[in-house]
Amino acid sequence: MQAVNQNNAATDDSAELKLPSDDQATQHKFDGKTVGHPLSDNPKMSMRNVNVFYGEKQAIFNVDLDIAQNQVIAMIGPSGCGKSTFLRCLNRMNDTIESCSVTGEFILDKQDIYHPKQDIVPLRARVGMVFQKPNPFPKSIYENVAYGPKIHGLASRRAELDEIVEVSLRKAGLWEEVKDRLHSPGTGLSGGQQQRLCIARSIAVSPEVILMDEPCSALDPIATAKIEELIAELKENFTIAIVTHSMQQAARVSDRTAYFHLGKLVEVNDTKRVFTNPEHDLTEAYITGRFG
Amino acid sequence: MKQSSNNSTLDKVNQSLARRYRAEKRFKAYGIAAILFGITCLIVLFTDIIGKGHSAFFQTYVYLEVTMDSEQLYINDPSDPQQIAAADYQGVIKAALRERFPEASSRRDRRALYALVSNGAGFKLRGQLEADPTLLNQTIGLWMLVDDDVDTYYKSRGEDGESGFDGRLNEKQIGWVESFIADGYMESRFNTTFFTSGDSREPEQAGILGAMAGSLFTLLVTILLSFPIGVAAAVYLEEYAPRNRFTEFIEININNLAAVPSIIFGLLGLSIFIGFFEMHRSIPLVGGLVLTLMTLPTIIISSRAAMKAVPPSIRDAAYGLGASKMQVVIHHVIPLAMPGMLTGAIIGIAQALGETAPLLMIGMVAFVVDIPGGVTDPATALPVQIFLWSDSPERAFVERTSAAIMVLLAVLISMNTLAVWLRKRLERRW
Repeated sequence: MQAVNQNNAATDDSAELKLPSDDQATQHKFDGKTVGHPLSDNPKMSMRNVNVFYGEKQAIFNVDLDIAQNQVIAMIGPSGCGKSTFLRCLNRMNDTIESCSVTGEFILDKQDIYHPKQDIVPLRARVGMVFQKPNPFPKSIYENVAYGPKIHGLASRRAELDEIVEVSLRKAGLWEEVKDRLHSPGTGLSGGQQQRLCIARSIAVSPEVILMDEPCSALDPIATAKIEELIAELKENFTIAIVTHSMQQAARVSDRTAYFHLGKLVEVNDTKRVFTNPEHDLTEAYITGRFG
Repeated sequence: MKQSSNNSTLDKVNQSLARRYRAEKRFKAYGIAAILFGITCLIVLFTDIIGKGHSAFFQTYVYLEVTMDSEQLYINDPSDPQQIAAADYQGVIKAALRERFPEASSRRDRRALYALVSNGAGFKLRGQLEADPTLLNQTIGLWMLVDDDVDTYYKSRGEDGESGFDGRLNEKQIGWVESFIADGYMESRFNTTFFTSGDSREPEQAGILGAMAGSLFTLLVTILLSFPIGVAAAVYLEEYAPRNRFTEFIEININNLAAVPSIIFGLLGLSIFIGFFEMHRSIPLVGGLVLTLMTLPTIIISSRAAMKAVPPSIRDAAYGLGASKMQVVIHHVIPLAMPGMLTGAIIGIAQALGETAPLLMIGMVAFVVDIPGGVTDPATALPVQIFLWSDSPERAFVERTSAAIMVLLAVLISMNTLAVWLRKRLERRW
């Protein structure tokens, strides 16, 4: 009972705090641009002037952001701030939502991914995705990993496919745990193993960018730690964009951090800078836990 | 203060608990009563049908010594198949009967005597002679079919000679039958005719093979057409169709079609397939087409429901890997939805198997003796056969009607079992 009361008090406080800073943010946005360094010298993906609407409702307002090559960028922010929506725009997963419309420029290696002639199949082969809830196919572990290479025709012989599966599972740190039961169902694994299986599945098609949408929110701390280690290793070969609710996670795994607030990109900076000396009041309010 | 208020809350909860438990028990009792009622009805139905129908699986035969007299048969050249085919076998059977009961001398008595043996018994003789022409001019003992009235009498009489249902038999005929029985020349055997022949005006020669084959061909057409068309329509509506007025209109109409009385589909089939496309009447092809129309809404609705139930996370996973829409549908959605789709299809097809009304409209109610060999041969279907037999005056058709119902139920139960097995096999653990 007491705890509940405290929580209520906390939310009340944050609501009070939120109002002035909210005004500031809007003012700031109207004035011009995101603080910090949203652009990068070595961008893998560049987004300019992005607006996203769900029907009448606007979810993302004028976001400019670069995702640098072989870096991990974390997107943080309170629930409903549009970070997941923004992430899903990067491989056009929002295309499946009928009411969703996206404007702005999305460049992946000088190529406009929203170009009318852009085929989403090769795009998604280049920009893979890992979801919030582990979602292995109800097939064997092997089939799960081999599915992507199969549909894209990456392996012509069985041996090649076997190798892709092994390499992917090794990269995902799952090989040792599952090598003896590759043909048992992927859904029989634990939550953390399932999520690593999903990561193995997406790296099996050797994408250039991996999008991760709160990949650890359904996992226990030990499984989370494993995934975080994995992300640090994967950085060598892939460019990663991760959405997370956990600021500690963002601080641990990312090189740059982007803070979203109510559909606007408030601040982008080196992770260290964001968590030690944030430029914007809103970012500071969020990372110090005053709301969110 | 707080303590007392807590206590009173607890008291109130305790007071209401007894009432809640009673309500719970009543609620459970309603459910049990409903199930008991259902089971009772089922037991009554099955006892009635099995009680009436089990005797149809046995058929009475009589032993006669027949002399294959070539003169009587009008055969002068046994090597000529035409002569053997056209010979008067019924004549030699009649002669055998006259020999056994010489007292039947008047015209009327003789007619009554001849009526004891089925008029299909001659075919058996012909079969024997065709197989072995040396039997000509020899005397052979043969078990042959008795007439349906004798069959009914034999089945209904008690072991110790208490009289059975005599129906159309007169005193003299009963005397002759009793004499056969006393000599051990009459016995009951498994009724193979029932499973190996088509319909007949004579109950002892009537079988359900024709109707079974008709039902089979009709269902074959129905399954081959309705399942692929239904699933394709469901896939399009669920995965591809844009949400607009037109697709909404189609959806409403599919739901409405599922509720249209089946006889309307029969009328539709009559005017389109027979009237416009000038297909033949009474053929399983038309029957299958009509039943396809009738089954489609059921299959489409259940297939769509099954596809809706596939978790979106699986679609996301496949799309995220770069699968095309078709790959997502074929590799993931359809396999996962298949058990549900099959359930719907089996329900629809079982319904089609039991359907009579639309088949009446397209002429599958005709009296068809020949067993159909394909989808374009005139045929009838099991439920229609039941309808036809239940309408026949001969008492022996009563048991055959029940027996046919048992066969229909057996087919339905085995189809459902197959469906459950298929579903279990295809179901995947999550």
